[in-house]
Amino acid sequence: MSEILFIGLSLSSILLLIALGLSITYGAMGVINMAHGELVMIGAYTAVMAGIYLGMNLFFALPLAFLMSGMVGLLIERLVIRRLYGRIIDTLLATWGVAILLQQAIRLEFGLAFFDIHIDGLGPGLQNMAVPAFLTQPFDFAGMTIQPYRSFIIVLTLLLTMLTWWLMYRTSIGMQVRAIMRNPQMAAACGIDVRRVSALTFAYGSGLAGVAGVLLAGFKTVQPDMGASVVVDGFLVVVVGGVGSLFGTLAAAGLLGQLNGSVAVLTNDILARAVVFGVVILLILWRPNGLFSFRSR
Amino acid sequence: MTIDRRKFLHQSSALGAAAALGPSIYASTARAADEIEVGVLFSLTGGLSIVEKSLADATLMAIAEINAAGGVMGKMIKPVVEDGASDPKTYNEKASKLVIRDRVPTVFGSYTSASRKAVLPVFEKRRNMYFYPTYYEGFECSKNVVYTGAVPNQQLSNFIPWIIENLGKKKFFIVGSNYIYPREMAKVCKILIEQGGAEWVADEYLELGHSEWGAMVSKIKDSGCDVVLSNVVGSSVVAFYREFKNQGLTHDKLPICATVTSEIEIAAMGAEFAAGSYTSFPYFQAIDTENNKAFIDRYRSYVEDDTAVTHHALESSYFQVFLWKQAVEKAGEATPDAIREGVKGQVFEAPNGTVTIDPENLHAYLTPRIAQWGGDGQGTIIDEYPEPIQPLPYVAYGETGDNLFCKASGLDTSKL
Repeated sequence: MSEILFIGLSLSSILLLIALGLSITYGAMGVINMAHGELVMIGAYTAVMAGIYLGMNLFFALPLAFLMSGMVGLLIERLVIRRLYGRIIDTLLATWGVAILLQQAIRLEFGLAFFDIHIDGLGPGLQNMAVPAFLTQPFDFAGMTIQPYRSFIIVLTLLLTMLTWWLMYRTSIGMQVRAIMRNPQMAAACGIDVRRVSALTFAYGSGLAGVAGVLLAGFKTVQPDMGASVVVDGFLVVVVGGVGSLFGTLAAAGLLGQLNGSVAVLTNDILARAVVFGVVILLILWRPNGLFSFRSR
Repeated sequence: MTIDRRKFLHQSSALGAAAALGPSIYASTARAADEIEVGVLFSLTGGLSIVEKSLADATLMAIAEINAAGGVMGKMIKPVVEDGASDPKTYNEKASKLVIRDRVPTVFGSYTSASRKAVLPVFEKRRNMYFYPTYYEGFECSKNVVYTGAVPNQQLSNFIPWIIENLGKKKFFIVGSNYIYPREMAKVCKILIEQGGAEWVADEYLELGHSEWGAMVSKIKDSGCDVVLSNVVGSSVVAFYREFKNQGLTHDKLPICATVTSEIEIAAMGAEFAAGSYTSFPYFQAIDTENNKAFIDRYRSYVEDDTAVTHHALESSYFQVFLWKQAVEKAGEATPDAIREGVKGQVFEAPNGTVTIDPENLHAYLTPRIAQWGGDGQGTIIDEYPEPIQPLPYVAYGETGDNLFCKASGLDTSKL
């Protein structure tokens, strides 16, 4: 039983990790960011490259990937999204385009492949990130087998969630973000620099995607199109949880992860996937705005 | 507006006479007399390009080598390269283009079964020839395809008895990706496991490309099995082996015995995750013969990469071009029907050993081998058949060497 709970918990933590950044960019800013998966991918590639060129292990790659994805996110916001606030369908198409551009940039090694210059760690191939040995060796503790890498992901996800909660609810910039979520015009009228705060929020959400990428690289193949499947799961969690609700995202990730894990263990993974999607459909029919939502924008 | 077909043809031929149509469009009509064009159809873009690009490279390398040695009957081979773009529909369109517009007598191509199934109608309807280099699930009998990769009996008929006898394993957990190849492989596995007096405790599938293995590996742990037989394909392989180790399972106690995990997947996951596990293929980069070592050197210098890995489908892509050359020379002409007759019984010394095309079902005789993966990402060959074995594409349905289902006259459906 505890084993099933642990599998569910580790599935939940990965869902939450991906959805956390998305709940900020989509939830707080109303931007359907289809490039979120590619920001995850950039985080993963940052970890791979940091390993190859700087000899850094995963722990040093984490802040590096946060900065890298955050910067790319900031750039996307400045160049594309800034001009599209309030036009939700347009952001969907535009960020999808950005996603394709980012994928191809990695695949073509920033275009250098055309000149027969190759960069180790990029290109269309499969890459991997080395995981420190002590994170792959399970050990027994209090009668339970502890899997260090999964546990590490769970702990880090919880820390990031707490950090995000603290930023949103205990700092002045968080208060400004929440004001913009409720009503951007009124927030601007009160003297909040909406553009600056929005850019920073988007960069922070993108940075979280980068961290997710590093952790995913530990047990997934790193390849240019790894982001595509990730982004679907992310949206699932955010929509079920309720747009703009951090607690909703947490609850939805927990619910869907446990559901997926327990059905997978009791029957099989294919059925589990179907059950998860079925439950999501029912939940959205029952509460179109998600489990925890408020009126906004 | 309607265009009268006859008038249209008339006008366009008039235009043609006026040389208004560029020569590039009707290149094949202007084909030089000392050239034979062939199609090369792999995915050069998209998700599958990582593997298929290497197959295209091996095919082009073989063509270059044949040309350097004087060509076929004194004619140079001219490859017409098309991109299948990892999409079966594109495969179908490009195959039609190669067969109808370029009028090539043969196309070399495909990695996935989906893309082969997509082009099959083109080659059967137009009576052209397709050379397919990948190991696949069998259950196909076409007069228009030459299959040079392994079929299930060439990967499993040595593997399962070896696992039971040499590793002393009795309880199999069969796991695969959820599509036709792993499911057909599992059927053959079960027949062989029962013949060997062992049992299988589970037969489980995961979506293709799935990377969340937590629940499956935990099931493997609790199932009481003593060996895992994996037909997992593609990037899922990486996630599977990594999760296997993360949950504390080791290959010395509970080995993964795989039919798809090749040098490419091992490099992608990091060699330490596969060290100690087993794979069955007719070809490994580690085959210790002069012929193979020279092949690897030539391939590496051809693609200008000192660390490029070679694998089973890549090697088949290479040697099947030589079989084709011999077929053309035997037949004396490069037409599809002549090539089909010519390729029957052709023998070639490939990097993996002697390969022969079965005259009945047009599949290749190959030598099954088992390798154990080491910490350096290379296999050590620990078992191999003394000679190549006959391909039996319908072995899952009871086909044996004395009772062939697929013959030169066609498939005997009454036996299915």
